[in-house]
Amino acid sequence: MVQASVLPETSAIDPNLILLDEKLPGGAYWHSVIKRGNTLRITDLEGSQGVSLICYNADSPIERLNVADTAKIQFNAFLQKGKVMYSDMGRILFSITEDTSGYHDLICGCSNAASNAAKYGVGPYNKYGESDYNNSRNNFLKALGKRGLTRKDLMPNINLFSRVAVRPNGDLSYVAGCEKPGSFVDLRAEMNVLVVVSNCPHVLHPDTVYKPKPIQLTIWRSPAPAADDLCRTANEEVIRGFINTDALFAQV
Amino acid sequence: MVTHLSIERDPAIAIYDEELAARQPWSRVIKKGQVLRIIDLLANQAVDTLIYNAHDSSERYSAPDTVVRQGNIFITTGTQLISNEGNVMMTVVHDDCGKHDTLGGACSMESNSVRYGLHKKHLHACVENYLLELSQYEMNKRDLVSNINFYMNVPVSEDGTLEIVDGISEAGKMVDLRAEMDVMVLISNCPQINNPCNAYNPTPVRLIVWNE
Repeated sequence: MVQASVLPETSAIDPNLILLDEKLPGGAYWHSVIKRGNTLRITDLEGSQGVSLICYNADSPIERLNVADTAKIQFNAFLQKGKVMYSDMGRILFSITEDTSGYHDLICGCSNAASNAAKYGVGPYNKYGESDYNNSRNNFLKALGKRGLTRKDLMPNINLFSRVAVRPNGDLSYVAGCEKPGSFVDLRAEMNVLVVVSNCPHVLHPDTVYKPKPIQLTIWRSPAPAADDLCRTANEEVIRGFINTDALFAQV
Repeated sequence: MVTHLSIERDPAIAIYDEELAARQPWSRVIKKGQVLRIIDLLANQAVDTLIYNAHDSSERYSAPDTVVRQGNIFITTGTQLISNEGNVMMTVVHDDCGKHDTLGGACSMESNSVRYGLHKKHLHACVENYLLELSQYEMNKRDLVSNINFYMNVPVSEDGTLEIVDGISEAGKMVDLRAEMDVMVLISNCPQINNPCNAYNPTPVRLIVWNE
């Protein structure tokens, strides 16, 4: 069950609608197919240091998240409620139908063996640079391997629960202290989406002690979008994006 | 354009010196130590660029690793262009434009249909250029990731607002890239006519390669 005690009352999901509910420890990864129309809720249980996420068209994984198009089409580099995640085929993978965090990054990519070693020091590494300080790049590669995909299928990712500031001169920095235990993001699948979640700290998170926090993953049967659905009607571009997306399912 | 060329490198001794026509794709292996110069001949021409390890194309340019390594989103003199494996692929050794984008990605038929109207789908687009050029190497869309847009101006404001705006480049501006490993450089001389990235008028660029 979702840890309802840490969530605002209004956000509780009717237990009858919950299809899967799982706690993911810090440092771990998870992958699943979210069927079109269902929603994946990711909840920051204890003050997340960031959650890296990639997603694909589950029916044809050569179609995948494109962070550049996601930013460019929506004229914004920060994701929040009402925005969507675009694929590289002009279609929508996920709609962000609810978001009580407000801080998500699509610029900085993910942690890797070298970035973790630089921050957290040397641990017992295997020859692939894998330590007890799991990193998101290796987590992604392992999850992709279980789906018959390889490093060519790995592209720039999104980081949930991560506040990154961009100065006018282009300088990037992580803004610490913005985590909100109990905050969550609802991602409604707009096609059948293969999603991979890696629960490792953001590559720029300043903490030098490795202590990623657990998150809750809840797949639930969300209501069909209404005519005035926020994500489907937010702007002219997204209306066309949904025309492209819905066309995928015209023959279903 | 000759008067604009840097005094430090003489085109007369270049091993390659060609004009790339507007809207065209291009690729070439640049050996470790060689320098590729890209000249914006007529001002504000976006040059969409990707880089691959010439010996293993699954190692390729990574925009996030590049911006995180230097702590800044813009590409300019001194920027190390980093691969998905954390290796330095090329270094920007000279840039007289000032900054280049690596967040905006490449235009595609599909994204054009969303951004500009479903009826704009069948216009020229960088991804089409990329795919045709990559087909020579038996590569495809799996090999496409966020690229560099030389001479494209994409400021990001503190609230995250991001937009392709009028360029800051001028005729004759140039950028020099030194290969730090053997790389294959893939370019689409951007054909986009629906936003200011090419001042609504795609133009040629000049590409020069030297042995150093």
